[in-house]
Amino acid sequence: MYFDSLGAALAMDGHGVYVWSAYAISLVVVVLILLVPRRRQRRFLRQLAGEQKRQQQGPTTGLEGS
Amino acid sequence: MWSFFHKLGSPPWLYRIAGTILRWLLPVTVLALCVGLAWGLLYTDPDFRQGNSYRIIYIHVPAAVVALAGYYVMAIAGAVSLIWKMKMADVALKCCAPVGAALTFIALVTGSIWGKPTWGTWWVWDARITSMLILLFLYLGVVALYEAYDNKEAAGKACAVLSLVGMVNIPIIYKSVDWWYTLHQPASIKFSGSSSIDPSMLYPLLLSIAAFYALFTCCLLLNMRAEILEREAKTGWVRKLALGDGG
Repeated sequence: MYFDSLGAALAMDGHGVYVWSAYAISLVVVVLILLVPRRRQRRFLRQLAGEQKRQQQGPTTGLEGS
Repeated sequence: MWSFFHKLGSPPWLYRIAGTILRWLLPVTVLALCVGLAWGLLYTDPDFRQGNSYRIIYIHVPAAVVALAGYYVMAIAGAVSLIWKMKMADVALKCCAPVGAALTFIALVTGSIWGKPTWGTWWVWDARITSMLILLFLYLGVVALYEAYDNKEAAGKACAVLSLVGMVNIPIIYKSVDWWYTLHQPASIKFSGSSSIDPSMLYPLLLSIAAFYALFTCCLLLNMRAEILEREAKTGWVRKLALGDGG
């Protein structure tokens, strides 16, 4: 490792704020672009499964109690 | 050969093969990203002129390189969907746009943060930066154009045309540092001739670039899988998949 201590790695001779914030922002964006499509797919499949179950139960279910 | 193209146009096949690829490519991508970035961030020597701030290069350059490469992928997909009316090419076109926009955003933000300690300013309207900003707007334009149309076929056509017209911007980005006098430094890595970067800095950079290519591929495939399912929602195989997966 180039740096002697954690503190030196965080400070980076005064450039730490820039370097670490650049890495942090990028990390957030990368995690987002990996997670968003997976969530979208999971939500869609769940919704489609729910729709099918409601259809199987028959069209009268919505009219109960009337 | 033809059967391969035939399969490529088949949504269930593409959905499954994308899943198979992702199963090994995703862990490889995450590993390569972690190794490449940690290497650049902690294990290389600082630049003799820029000090430690140069470490931003390990995200800035890969993100910018892959944002440009992603535009090629998007424009080629656009051309294929226009010429051969291939539906899956339209899916690829639509799914490139948000990923490319995110990478361009990373390149611009990290470049801006890098500019502060190096040039003394967050932003300058120089040729390289301005043309990258246009690239971001082109990607966002494709995303917005898809949402603007109710008729998805017309949306696909409009986006394909937009992505092809936007190709004009790509050589401008590449050549901007040579054509105009700018603050932005010229490319350090060259395919021909010697690179103006020390090998100890070059290897982690190359690894990071490879990792970002893999990241783009992963995100593209993930988006395409979700998109394929939504477009094929009425078909038997998707309905069966929903009952097995989310039921």
